[in-house]
Amino acid sequence: MNHVLLASAAPIIPKSLLGNPDSYACERANRLFCWGWLSRNWGSVLWPALRQHVVITLIAVGLGFAIASSLAVLAHRYRRVEQPVVVVTTIFYTIPALALFEILVAVPGFGLSLTTAETALVSYTLLIIFRNTLTGLREVPADVREAAAGMGMSRWQVLARVELPLALPAIIAGVRIATVSTIALATIAALIVNEGLGVPILTAISESTFKTELIAAGVLAVALAVAADALLVGLQRLMTPWARAT
Amino acid sequence: MHVFIDAFRFIARNGQIPGQPHLTTLSYYSLETAKIAAYAMAISIAIALPIGLWLGHIHRGSFVAINAGNVWRALPSLAVLAIGVAFLGLGVANVLLALVVLAVPPILTNAYVGIDQVDPTVVDAARGQGLTGWQVLREVELPLAVPLVMAGVRTAALFVISTTTIAALTGYAGSLGEIINDEATYHLSGVLGAAICIAALALAVEVLLAGVQRALTPAPLRSRRGGVIETLPVGWIAAAAAPGRLTHKGQEET
Repeated sequence: MNHVLLASAAPIIPKSLLGNPDSYACERANRLFCWGWLSRNWGSVLWPALRQHVVITLIAVGLGFAIASSLAVLAHRYRRVEQPVVVVTTIFYTIPALALFEILVAVPGFGLSLTTAETALVSYTLLIIFRNTLTGLREVPADVREAAAGMGMSRWQVLARVELPLALPAIIAGVRIATVSTIALATIAALIVNEGLGVPILTAISESTFKTELIAAGVLAVALAVAADALLVGLQRLMTPWARAT
Repeated sequence: MHVFIDAFRFIARNGQIPGQPHLTTLSYYSLETAKIAAYAMAISIAIALPIGLWLGHIHRGSFVAINAGNVWRALPSLAVLAIGVAFLGLGVANVLLALVVLAVPPILTNAYVGIDQVDPTVVDAARGQGLTGWQVLREVELPLAVPLVMAGVRTAALFVISTTTIAALTGYAGSLGEIINDEATYHLSGVLGAAICIAALALAVEVLLAGVQRALTPAPLRSRRGGVIETLPVGWIAAAAAPGRLTHKGQEET
């Protein structure tokens, strides 16, 4: 919204106040990319949106991980759990994002709130994290499991000390995918809550498509996804020191 | 919960739109959605499948093929569509282009990983029996790679359907998103009705493609427990993210 106000206000403001008379020429012409706009709106538009985007993603992936990995541990122990979880999470995963947001908004108690947005985002992470965690746990070699049991570990000790650490690469692979796709999806959440990088994108679209804002917000979303992915790879290296030895 | 009852009432009896005397609003937009999604998928498959299969066959270009899939996941479809509209203007062709850009990477990556992962001893055996490169690809590698190749196609199909609705936010009027995004005209019942319709459409396409995958998979490789659930599109994600670690089910059985 800012750029339109500035662009329309520019002719009335005395030139001396603006400094360079061509300050907003780029915005008025809606050129490919206006660096001036970026530096003026970084602090008021883009940086807050980026911070909100990070928070939205952290909540969604955190909750999704807590739910999906507990379900996976349960399904690892009790096989019957797997089928219903997979059916339900697949249905969630299949429903187009915009439709799921709208359907959730209509459910009593949800409405246009952060809860609604997070519920939708969490539901998209479940299938990926559940599948990867369960696959990781199941691929732990049987002889390793037996050796642990032979050393007198209980089933839960085997899980906590042997199976989960060995399944870590697969689990983190799932979390990486969930995080990156949540960052991309969270731009659509701006339709429901006025937060995140989707806000500048939607503003730019509604104001006769202002290119600079679109590109800036879009590139920030992609950069955030790449950075988060790299961070998780680093985390995996830290948590699996034995893998580095080979 | 009576908003949902109203939504189903809207699905049951919604009016006609001017100029389309034979179709009700919902069926018109559902057909339009299916049409543009089908066009986008046809173009994407025609581009990505041959490249992915060939790269997998010659075991080259893994960097490009794998990273195409990784970068793709980070692309916010809303931003891609909006930037496309900003530069090319609004129109069916441009929305189609954006959909193709979003659908090519998963198909390409999966086709590559699927063929590349085929057990090399099986390929050697086929060559030893005198099969040409083309015959190896068509009769040995392709059947073994069906689960992963189809997983890519299914992931792309879901994504394309989902993105047609998001295209409505950028001003494209030829999908169910047009109703979802216009509460002033269609009221909450219409928005919900259209949302339920697109969800049903996505689920139907998913089930349909799972059936296609089952039909294409050679009988001995089909999972015994069967059913749609066993052949999830998520399989490819695991395979692409951690190559070599999570082998696909079909491979273990061979």
